[in-house]
Parts: sequence; C-alpha cells; structure tokens
Amino acid sequence: MDKRPPVVEMRGIVKTFPGVVANRNVDLRIYPGEVHALLGENGAGKTTLMNILYGLYPADSGQIWVRGQKVAVQNPNAAIGLGIGMVHQHFMLIPSFTVTENIVLGKEPVRSRAFVDMRAAAETVQELSQRYGLKVDPHARVESISVGMQQRVEILKALYRGAEVLILDEPTAVLTPQEVEELKDITDGLASQGKAVIFITHKLKEVKEMSSRITVIRRGEVVGQVSTHDVSAAQLANMMVGREVDLRVAKKEANPGATVLCLSNVEAFDDRGLPALRGLDLEIRRGEILGLAGVDGNGQTELVEVVSGLRRPTSGQIQLNGRDVTKLPVRGKTASGIGHIPEDRQRYGVVMDFSIAENSVLGAQHKKPFAAGISLRYDRIRQYARRLVQEYDVRTPGIDVPVSKLSGGNQQKVVVGRELDRDPDLLIAAQPTRGLDVGAIEFVHRRLVEHRDQGNAVLLVSFELDEVMALSDRIAVIYEGKIVAVVDPNETSEEELGLLMAGGHVEAGKGA
Amino acid sequence: MASEAPKGSWVNRVAKLDRLWISLIAVTFGVIVGGVIILSVGKNPISAYGALWKASFGSTRDFGEALVSMTPLMFTGLAVAFAFRTGLFNIGAEGQFIVGQMAAAVAGYAIVGVPSWLHITLALLAGALAGAVWGGIPGYLKARLGAHEVINTIMMNYIALHFTHYLVNGPLKGHAFLPVTQTVSNSAKLWRFFPPTRANTGIFVAIAAAAVVYYILWRTTIGYDCRAVGHSPDAAGYAGINVSRTMVTSMLISGAMAGLGGAVLVLGVQHKFYDLFGFTGYGFDGIAVALIGNNHPVGVLAGSALFGVLSRGSQRMQSVAGVPKEVIGIMQAAIILFVAADEVVRRIVRWRRAKALQVATATRDEVEGGTV
Amino acid sequence: MSILDLFNTALFVSTLRMAAPLIFASLGGVFAERSGVVNIALEGIMLIGAFVAMTVSYFFQSPWLGVLLAMVAGGLTAMVLAYISVTLKGNHVVTGVGLNVLALGFTGFMLRRLFNHAGQSPVVEKLADWTIPVIKDIPFIGEILGKHTPPVYLAFVAVIFTHILLYKTPFGLRLRAAGEHPRAVDTVGVDVFRMRYAALWLSGMMGGLGGATLSLGLLSSFVENMTAGRGYIALAAMIFGKWTPVGAMLASLLFGYAEALQMLAQTLGLTFVPREFLLMLPYLLTMAALAGIIGRVSAPAASGKTYER
Repeated sequence: MDKRPPVVEMRGIVKTFPGVVANRNVDLRIYPGEVHALLGENGAGKTTLMNILYGLYPADSGQIWVRGQKVAVQNPNAAIGLGIGMVHQHFMLIPSFTVTENIVLGKEPVRSRAFVDMRAAAETVQELSQRYGLKVDPHARVESISVGMQQRVEILKALYRGAEVLILDEPTAVLTPQEVEELKDITDGLASQGKAVIFITHKLKEVKEMSSRITVIRRGEVVGQVSTHDVSAAQLANMMVGREVDLRVAKKEANPGATVLCLSNVEAFDDRGLPALRGLDLEIRRGEILGLAGVDGNGQTELVEVVSGLRRPTSGQIQLNGRDVTKLPVRGKTASGIGHIPEDRQRYGVVMDFSIAENSVLGAQHKKPFAAGISLRYDRIRQYARRLVQEYDVRTPGIDVPVSKLSGGNQQKVVVGRELDRDPDLLIAAQPTRGLDVGAIEFVHRRLVEHRDQGNAVLLVSFELDEVMALSDRIAVIYEGKIVAVVDPNETSEEELGLLMAGGHVEAGKGA
Repeated sequence: MASEAPKGSWVNRVAKLDRLWISLIAVTFGVIVGGVIILSVGKNPISAYGALWKASFGSTRDFGEALVSMTPLMFTGLAVAFAFRTGLFNIGAEGQFIVGQMAAAVAGYAIVGVPSWLHITLALLAGALAGAVWGGIPGYLKARLGAHEVINTIMMNYIALHFTHYLVNGPLKGHAFLPVTQTVSNSAKLWRFFPPTRANTGIFVAIAAAAVVYYILWRTTIGYDCRAVGHSPDAAGYAGINVSRTMVTSMLISGAMAGLGGAVLVLGVQHKFYDLFGFTGYGFDGIAVALIGNNHPVGVLAGSALFGVLSRGSQRMQSVAGVPKEVIGIMQAAIILFVAADEVVRRIVRWRRAKALQVATATRDEVEGGTV
Repeated sequence: MSILDLFNTALFVSTLRMAAPLIFASLGGVFAERSGVVNIALEGIMLIGAFVAMTVSYFFQSPWLGVLLAMVAGGLTAMVLAYISVTLKGNHVVTGVGLNVLALGFTGFMLRRLFNHAGQSPVVEKLADWTIPVIKDIPFIGEILGKHTPPVYLAFVAVIFTHILLYKTPFGLRLRAAGEHPRAVDTVGVDVFRMRYAALWLSGMMGGLGGATLSLGLLSSFVENMTAGRGYIALAAMIFGKWTPVGAMLASLLFGYAEALQMLAQTLGLTFVPREFLLMLPYLLTMAALAGIIGRVSAPAASGKTYER
C-alpha cells in the first residue's frame, strides 16, 4: 500500500494559539484505501491538525499536499473542493431540518434555475446511502433519529460532496458498542472502495480494532507512525503518554462500613423527556470508592444529576445515611452531606468570571461563616479562599483573580478543593481528571483515595475504563439506565467490563 | 477545539479598566459625531457645546434643573443595570417607570391623614411595587416558561402606556377637561430644597438607591446569586441557586427601581400623573445609561449625569445656538452604537496586548500548555 | 351595536390598511430572525423609510421613486446593524435600540433641516390607489378588496415572495440554516456572515417598505415618530406568526383588525370595551403566544447569538 502515492500529505505543520503550541512541525501521510488513526491524549493537538487540513484554521507554517499537488486550504470550501470531508465530534446538523436538507445544504441541486430540487436531492441521498450500506432515511427529521444515525448523515454529507478523504473526529465517543461495530463496517467499506478514512481518537482499543495505520501525537508532535498489526496496545499507550503508563494508584485495602447512599428503583427522564434511568438500584458504603462504568449516554449524567439534586427522579427512592432525600433540591442535598465534582467544570463547577474567592464558597455562599443573614462576609470568604489555595496547591497570582485566568488543572483544583473541604459523606466525582495532565491526575486521584480513607464514600463516574479499574473498590456497570452488574476490579477484566457495558450478560442474566 | 486552547488564556481576557475606556471613548466619539453634525448645519460646535454646558452649569438655577433631568435616568439606569447583571435584558424600564408614576400619584392623593414622612414612604413604595409587578411578570414568564424577556418587556411597555392612558382618561381622571389625575397632597410632595428650581430630595433617593443596588449586588447573597446566574446559569444551578427564582427576584428589584423613579418624578416634579401620548424615553435612555456605566451603580450615576445634561442642553442649544435639538438624539445614538460595538476597542486593546505577549508566550508555553 | 358590525366592510377595509405596514415589517423580522439576528431596529428602519419616501416624493414628485429609495434606505440602515452585530459581534438588542434612537433623531433633524418644519412635513404626492377590475364588482368582497393604496396589494405579494424565497430556494435553505446552527453552515462552506448580511438587507428593505406605506400609502406626509411602535408590533406579529411569513401575515391582519376596531369603535358604537384595551390586545396576545398559551412557539435556535468562527 505504501507504494501508492499518498492522497494527503502534511509537512512541517506548526500552529500556535495564544500561549499554547498546538502543532509542532507535524508530518502526516495518508494513503487511499486506509483507515488511519490519529491517536493522542486530550489536548495533544489532533483536532487542531485536522481542522487545519479541513481549512478551519490556517497553519502558522507548513505545507499541505493533496494528490501530489501543493495546495492552500483556506476554508472548508477549499477542502471540500479537494475531496476532503470532516465529521466533527459535535455534529454539525440542523435538528429541525430533514436528513436530505442537511446533506445538500450548501450544494443544493437546483431546478428551473432557482428552486431546490428536493426530490432529486432525496434520490441522490438514497442512492449514496445504499452504495455505502448506511441505511439512512432521507426524509426523516434529524431531531428524531438516533445519534448513530446522525453520524451516518454526517458521513453522507461528506460523501455527497465527493469526499475521498474522510476525517472522523472522535467518532466513537457517542456510540454504543454495537454502533461502534457498525461504524467499523462502514469505515472498512469506505476504505475498500478506495477512500481514505482518518479518525481522531484517544481510545487504544478502538485504534487496534478499526485502523490499519496509526499516527501518534503527543503534545503537538508526531511521536511515531506505525502499522496497526506491528504494535501492541501497551506500546501505543507508551507512545501516547510518553512513559510507561502506570495508572495504578497506591491505596490500602478498602474498609467498607455503613451504607451511605442507597438508590432503589430510581427512574428519571433525560432533557428530551425520554427515560434515562429505568429502575436503577445502587448502594455505596463508607470507606469505598464505587466506580461507575458505562458507555456515554447510558444514564450516567442523569444518575449524577439525580443524586446531586439537579434532576428530580420520577419514581424510586434515594436514601442518604438512612434518610430519605429523594425530593431534596441541590441545596438540601449539599446540606445532607453530598459533594459534587461536576463533569464539565467550566460550565458547572465554577463561575468563570467570578474570582477564586467567590468561587471558593460557591454553593456555601449563604451559610455561616460566609454569610450573616443576607450579608456576605468577604473577610471570611477571602480568608477561606487563601487557605484553600494553599492546601490544594492552586497556582495563582492571587485569590481575586477570575477563575477563567487559571489553567484547567488549577480550575479543577479549586473545584476539588472546595468540594473535599466540605468533607461530604458522599462525594460524586464525575470525569474528575478529564483534560488534565498527568501531574494533576495523580493529585486528584490521591485526594479521592484520601477522602475514602477518612471513612467517606466516593462515587466515581468516568469514561476512562483504566481510571475506573485503578481507583475503584467496586465497579458498577450501567447500561440503558440500569445497573446491570457490580463487580470486583481485582476479579474482572477490561474484556468482561466491555461486554457488560455493551449490554452483554455474564451468565446470571440481565436486569438488576 | 475550544478544549485544546485554554479558554482563559491571558490575551482573551480584557481587564475591567478597559470597560471604563470603552465608555470614555464612546462618549468622545459621540461628542465628535455631534460636532460634525453641528458643523454641517453651519454652526460652531464650540459655541453650541458651550450653550449645552451652560444649560446645566451656567447658573445655580440651571444646575438645579439639571439635577431634575438626571434623576429619573438614575433610576431607570439602575433598573436596567441590575437586570443585566443577572443576564436579563430589561427593555421594560419604560413601562415600569410609567406604572410607578401612576401608582405614586394615586397613593399621593388617595392616602390622607398620615404624617408626611410616612406618606412619602408609602407613595414611593407604591411606585416601587407597581414597577416590581410590571417587571416581575416578564421575569416570571422568562423563568417559568422561557419566554424571552426582551420581547415581553417591550410588550409590557405598551400595555403600561395604554393602560395608564385608559385610567387617566377614565376612572382616575382628576380634572374636568384635562387627562390628568388629581394633584398629590402636600404631605406626599418631596422637598424642593433649591427653590425656585424643582430640584428635590428625589436625587438623594436615587443616590441611596444606587448604594442599595451596589450593596445588594456585591455584598449580599442575593447579589451573589444574581451575578452567578448572570455569568453562568448552569454553574448557579449546580451550586444550589434557584435560577428561576433568582431571575424573578432580579426582575422584581429591577422593576422596583424603575417604578421608584416614576414615583420620584411624580412626587418631586409633576405632582400628578399626566397622560402620556408617547413614551417618556427615560426607560430607553436608561439602557444607554446602564451600558456606558458598565452596569455598575457608580457608572450609572455618572452616565445619568451625562445624559441628563445632554437632554437638558438640547433645548438650549436650539434656542441659543440655533442647532436642532435632535443633534443630541443622534449623539446619544452614536454613543449607544459605539458601546454596542465595543469589540472595536477590545480588538485594538487585544491586538496591542497580543503583540506585547508574543515575546512572552514563547517562553511561557510550557507553563500555559502544560498547565498545573 | 350588533355582532354584525364586527364584519362591517369599513372595518375590513381599515384592517387591510392598518395591516399592510405591519406585514412588510414583520416579513423584515422573519428574514432577520430566521438568519439569526434579532432586528429590534425595525422600528427605526420603518421611520427612516417613511421619511425618505416622503422626501423623495416631495423633491421628485414621484411617490414610486420614494418607495424604492425608502427600501434602499431601510436596507442601508440594516447594514449598520449587520456591521455592528454580525461583524463586530455587538449585542443585537443594544445595537437595535441605538439605531432606533438614531432614526428618531435623524428624521427629526432632517425634517427641520430640509423643510424647516418641526413635527410634520408638508403634504406630498402619495401613491395613487389601485382598483382591481373584476374583483371590485363583486358585492361585499369588492368593497373590501376592490380599491386600495398599492402597498396593501404589494404586502400580500411580498408574503408569497418571502415564502418562496425562504422555503423553495437554496438561498432560503441556507438562510434558515444560518439561524439554526451557524457553525454547521460554516462547515459546509457557506459564509454565515454573508447570509446574515443578505438577510438583513432584505429585512431592511421590507422595513423601509413598511415605512413608505405609512407616509405615502396611508398618509401623504411624514409625522415625527409616525411609526409609534409599529416596528415593535411587527416583531410581535412575527413571533405570534411563529417566525413564518404566512403566520406573520395572519398575525398582522389580526393586529390590524384590533387597531381598526379601536379606530372605528366610536362610529360603530362599540363602547362596552374601552378602546385602550383593544390597543393592548396585540401585546397581550403576543405575550400569551410566547408563554405557550396559544400553541408552542420556538425561535430559531441561534437567533440573537453572535457567531464566532
């Protein structure tokens, strides 16, 4: 395959954002008929590189060659003209439009020189869908089809524009395991018809399963380009992180005590009003970390929201330390001893424009000693913030600096510090290390284990299976809004967990 | 992609001081635009602006009247600013002001036999309450049903206009031929401390209101909640702040401020409700005042002073310097548009800063990119 | 009065006259909001349109040229909104408020400069009425539809034009997409900014046309602040009409009916309800619509949000 000329070649790409070098002298060669994985940690610069190829950003320097020609890709239009298509991580679809309208947008077939020929458009879509085995209904409204189907619409959008090179940005993040399988069939089919598929990912397992070649990027630099069957997952991990990955966390044997949180038969809807939790049972004890494993979109978010009080369950009961807290709102839950490190720290965990001091009391601003009646006591707040910054090693020029000026890791330390410092009986840690670098990850892990060792319960929700395996004392697997299994991390394997997360059953049968 | 470039990088942030610059540049820009127009009609801008200045500062009497024209703007400016801080756009200060006028007028003549301090307090409260109701309705609709407050507050303005028109021509008509209410009792009138001007203690009520707004916003849990909701409703909800209730509270306070303004105008200056044949304009000017005041109480006071002086000066400019008074309207529009286009200023500031930073970034990469 | 008076022909004639400027302006609102820009400036755009139309008719004795230039003036005013809100990413509402203040000041200023009048312009030549041959002879319907100032008929043409443009052409598809999900539009290589500029140009032209309808269609002069909030009512009609051209037209007719009813209330002997309450009706209905009491309405998803690449 390497004998054929590359369809796309990027040479010496450099891209800097204010304060960050996203790509440092990156070289990349893509051949027709291959599924090429672009592997790297969050923030490694993969998406930036592909956005440059797709014309969304200009590179500071470097060249792009397509089919042996040096080209300038100034905008997505130019990329489309060169046969490059991109499926973004967040779909670029208009919910209220039909599948066909979304696909032809910007390149509409026209009749009578003025009007969109929707019938011809739908036929084209139908035909393309059949040729690549995508099974998409051209007349359906995008808001009414599944996420997996929406992804196919995105792929069709690119194919409709004559894409020979298809970039998929984190395509599996939103898919169920079955859908991932189907996606693999689609990408294989595309490659066999001579298209080149580039997919951006940070998941080793999928790289091994889906790609034929891999380029690994670390901190904006290419650290290697390899054939998939020549490397092991461990080698890849090593390349990706830059050292032997050792996610194991030094921790003592768990010493579980009384039950802290008990959910029985909890049901709740998601934002769209569809059932998200369907009779969920869960129990967490003092002195243990319970990890929640599952594919994104199986009710993790809703579970966290229900426990933290952001979402009302429609039925079932939540007990905290034996007390019924089902209907308490956030403030009531916090007061009963629940802490929450939210999934999206910049959106939920902090008010970005507030100072560190103001953020340090977020959620407790109305309580003593920070408030007396309705008056805020800034002396106490500042005093507290100073202590928090010191204890949790927040690197900042001062406590009056808006949190938006801190790095992601330091923002997370503010959140983690604030929540831990309230010494909650139950701490919910949702994706607590997402987007953090290794040092910050270790810091957060250590603090979570310490919190457990002080006799509290921790509910860890993470999409990183490694993290769940390393940190948890028990692992609960969530699938379609139910806990389908609770396993001991020492007696299970990633394979078994993967099977459970996919809705498969390990003899005992399904349901919980 | 945002995830790969740190959101809060230094260059993207513009320091607070820049807001002050934006306001100052906007005003300067407005003065220049006004000057050009004055030149275009063949008049001398210096003498025109001189006339404008003298209209407020030429004599103690003028100064007293200037205070009168500033006062309502202080209230409506505070109203708009408070809602802005909660992320709400209160275009309805106008309507809240109008119902505040009406309520205060009624309380001013209908309540009898109470001491003056109590009567004034009650009448002011009546105005504030009416304004609060008028602001609270769109607030409630926004919080509960997500109905956009911009449109609803505009609708409430017109409803206020027509509703008071109905009252003053119908059930509350207090004069044989004229569409006005009865005159308020003497016990409800604010003290005119600077006769013969109409300057009255209302301006102190305004300054006190500014202090109260400042205190609420930055020194109380209510203000903390409001500002948290304004900056990030999601984070506020996460922190247990009742976002809906906070929005309603904010609109109640905002409406009360505007209503109080209407009350002060009636009790201090008009002494009765006059039928309105169009909007007073105080509510809309309040938006401009809040914007150039950066939604800060002190800024609002300064902005009101400016706009008060401008609107009072416009008449004098016309009569003394022969410059059409509409020039001032155009000037105010230029200021508002410039504040809306603050991105221009930001860009310049950012660009200059980015340049200065380029040298620094090269060495700071490791720290910023690596982070911790 | 009897219930039949509510179907009085004079009332319907008046309804059409009152609705025409609203229809134009609400279509202007539809164009803008569907592309993702809130156009509060419609009020000011109408005012400028009304003024320009009158002025051109005065100096050139050609009301039709006046209408044309009113559209251009409206479009140009909307370009200011486009520049500040789209290119400079300013707040749409603030910009709109600023433009409304500007329009009031500018028209007042020019009135004084050009005509040395305050408050009202001299009387100018207005658009001559059109009579529709066959229809005018049909009883009842002929009385209502047979003879009108041209903008009344043109308003309905504009509705059809807008509907086809928005729903049947590539331009319309892209325009609507820009108001729902601008980034998606950008990623397929369509320039969101250009779509919004184009939409605002159309919006401004419609607003200008609505203004010209006031000064040269209904009246034959310009009166200071003669729009008197019609730009806002038009926005309300657009919302009440669920952001569609046909819906906006129906809402404009309803609001026009309410206005006509209060105007004719005295002659019709409609005294049991104060006329101010009829005047409030459009606003109350719009609030009810926004609150979801009258069906569910939802704005274009990206309306009012500035787009950054």
